Amino acid sequence: MSLRIVVTVKYVPDATGDRHFAEDLTVDRDDVDGLLSELDEYAVEQALQIAENADDAEVTVLTVGPEDAKDALRKALSMGADKGIHVEDDDLHGTDAIGTSLVLAKAVEKAGYDLVVSGMASTDGTMGVVPALVAERLGVPQVTLLSEVSVEDGVVTGRRDGDTASEQLQASLPAVVSVTDQSGEARYPSFKGIMAAKKKPVESWDLSDLGIEAEEVGLEGAYTVVESAAERPARTAGTIVKDEGEGGKQLAAFLAERKFI
Amino acid sequence: MAEVLVYVDHVDGAVRKPTLELLTLARRVGEPVAVALGNGAGDTAAALAEHGAARVLTDDAAEYGDYLVVPKVDALQAAVAAVSPAAVLVPSSTEGKEIAARLALRLGSGVITDAVDLEAGEAGPVATQSVFAASYTTKSRVSKGTPVITVKPNSAAVEAAPAAGSVEALSVTFSDGATGTKVTSRTARESTGRPELTEAAIVVSGGRGVNGAENFSLIENLADSLGAAVGASRAAVDAGWYPHSNQVGQTGKSVSPQLYIANGISGAIQHRAGMQTSKTIVAVNKDAEAPIFDLVDYGVVGDLFEVVPQLTEEIKARKG
Ligand SMILES: Cc1cc2nc3c(=O)[nH]c(=O)nc-3n(C[C@H](O)[C@H](O)[C@H](O)COP(=O)(O)OP(=O)(O)OC[C@H]3O[C@@H](n4cnc5c(N)ncnc54)[C@H](O)[C@@H]3O)c2cc1C
Ligand SMILES: Cc1cc2nc3c(=O)[nH]c(=O)nc-3n(C[C@H](O)[C@H](O)[C@H](O)COP(=O)(O)OP(=O)(O)OC[C@H]3O[C@@H](n4cnc5c(N)ncnc54)[C@H](O)[C@@H]3O)c2cc1C
Repeated sequence: MSLRIVVTVKYVPDATGDRHFAEDLTVDRDDVDGLLSELDEYAVEQALQIAENADDAEVTVLTVGPEDAKDALRKALSMGADKGIHVEDDDLHGTDAIGTSLVLAKAVEKAGYDLVVSGMASTDGTMGVVPALVAERLGVPQVTLLSEVSVEDGVVTGRRDGDTASEQLQASLPAVVSVTDQSGEARYPSFKGIMAAKKKPVESWDLSDLGIEAEEVGLEGAYTVVESAAERPARTAGTIVKDEGEGGKQLAAFLAERKFI
Repeated sequence: MAEVLVYVDHVDGAVRKPTLELLTLARRVGEPVAVALGNGAGDTAAALAEHGAARVLTDDAAEYGDYLVVPKVDALQAAVAAVSPAAVLVPSSTEGKEIAARLALRLGSGVITDAVDLEAGEAGPVATQSVFAASYTTKSRVSKGTPVITVKPNSAAVEAAPAAGSVEALSVTFSDGATGTKVTSRTARESTGRPELTEAAIVVSGGRGVNGAENFSLIENLADSLGAAVGASRAAVDAGWYPHSNQVGQTGKSVSPQLYIANGISGAIQHRAGMQTSKTIVAVNKDAEAPIFDLVDYGVVGDLFEVVPQLTEEIKARKG
């Protein structure tokens, strides 16, 4: 039987660019280039490896985001995923984590799945909660923050390196997995992969396709409100000295003056 | 006064510092009621009472250790039902964030993660977050349900505030999903004897410029002279010079110490995301153009193999 894998991938503003908030205190997406969240490349990579090790598997990449979010899907498809799903709707603007997990869970259900693979966190919101939320909504095990993952005979196993201990985990499919950037380098799309991606199917769904009301998502439906966003004041220029043999001593004097010694 | 639930992060009964900080913040919005789960839960009571917990709800079922996350969500849900709190506060560990999010979903509430400060507001607690690699500071609040908020380490001072700390057994019925993800083995991290990275007042980090695992002793010696924790950039971790558990940055630990000393680290955005809120920042780097110098209070342009040993000696001499 075929293993159906859905990878959730987020389209985010480039972290190396100048990220801003718009007037409604949502992320300003017009002013900065977007891309596939780098941490979701690891999710795509692990999904592809799991598929390669299975007899018969299909990898679908799923994104919830504006028109340009198709770029994130294309990148994942050029890495080797089989097809894409783009959930797009004007009413999604300003959706928070609880709302995003609703849309993802409904879309995953509609697509059909045995395994959902996500990144450890987005590179914009960086909450690291969406995979757990999706698992809660689907009522399936969460096997999250894995630095190693494998699937065999309907069972997913993995290693989770926590703050105080490293744990070996195990759950039966269907399940939601998330992987860290320790799980293994993501492959680069080949030229052939990039060309092939152009022909791969991408479905577009809106909220009505998922049976979600506009009020359940977006800024209106959000369970959180951002009251203010202020750019951090630039740090006042520090003292910079060139080491001419006394650099360590000069630094010690600075630390002593600040009472660290 | 309204009660506020505080989820207790502890290791076999030893309460970790971020939980004590949460008790300080909890007192700003209500009366703290602590929830301690798992092996040694009851042993946490004295420390929690010392720092302001009016009540300590405990349950030490084996499920908390044997299965991932969900049993703890079940327990917090039971605690919310028993207490009807004004808010639930959870330390911002990776697990803490997952517990908080799932709890919020069950309660029909919003969740805010990685708050760096918390204050009482007219419409409930207002959380400060430091976002986009600390280039923005936002204030937000939960607008529906019981606010569930996770708070980063080092967000508040630990204050003694003796309270009753009466221990009560929490009665928990586990959900169907509680045993879904089995923990088949667990290897505790070995203690280095140095302070915990996220909790340390001083962090000394090394990057690619350290140029080899063997040279990290230079960084460790400096750290030890200051009683500091040791951090590393991802480049140093990926090269296998230092363990991933010491990585500072977006995909490593986020630290906010009084003093951060970056040695041989260029200051890429993903590294800055994890240390930019440090109060005082110092860097040693031989490249005067390195972006890390944009952040520093004090920077030395020089070879770390010269500067770091001299600094360590000078600190030892000054300490006598
Ligand atoms: C700076 C900032 C702070 C925020 N703070 C909060 C907050 O405190 N509370 C709150 O409720 N919301 C908050 N949000 C909004 C929240 O980030 C978004 O709603 C987001 O869609 C879900 O959280 P995340 O991006 O942090 O995802 P994470 O939980 O970090 O993402 C983990 C994984 O989930 C998957 N995923 C996440 N979003 C999508 C998507 N749109 N499409 C496909 N896959 C996806 C990816 O696989 C990703 O790797 C914040 C947003 C920003 C930009
Ligand atoms: C999705 C993603 C997540 C990431 N997460 C993290 C993260 O959590 N943490 C992190 O750190 N990075 C992270 N990175 C990587 C990050 O982008 C940088 O590659 C990394 O921080 C570089 O480490 P570095 O500064 O040690 O190395 P480099 O950038 O190579 O800098 C080395 C510095 O050492 C200096 N130097 C060399 N020799 C000496 C000497 N003898 N004396 C003094 N100075 C010397 C050089 O001048 C240079 O500035 C992430 C990247 C991605 C894409």
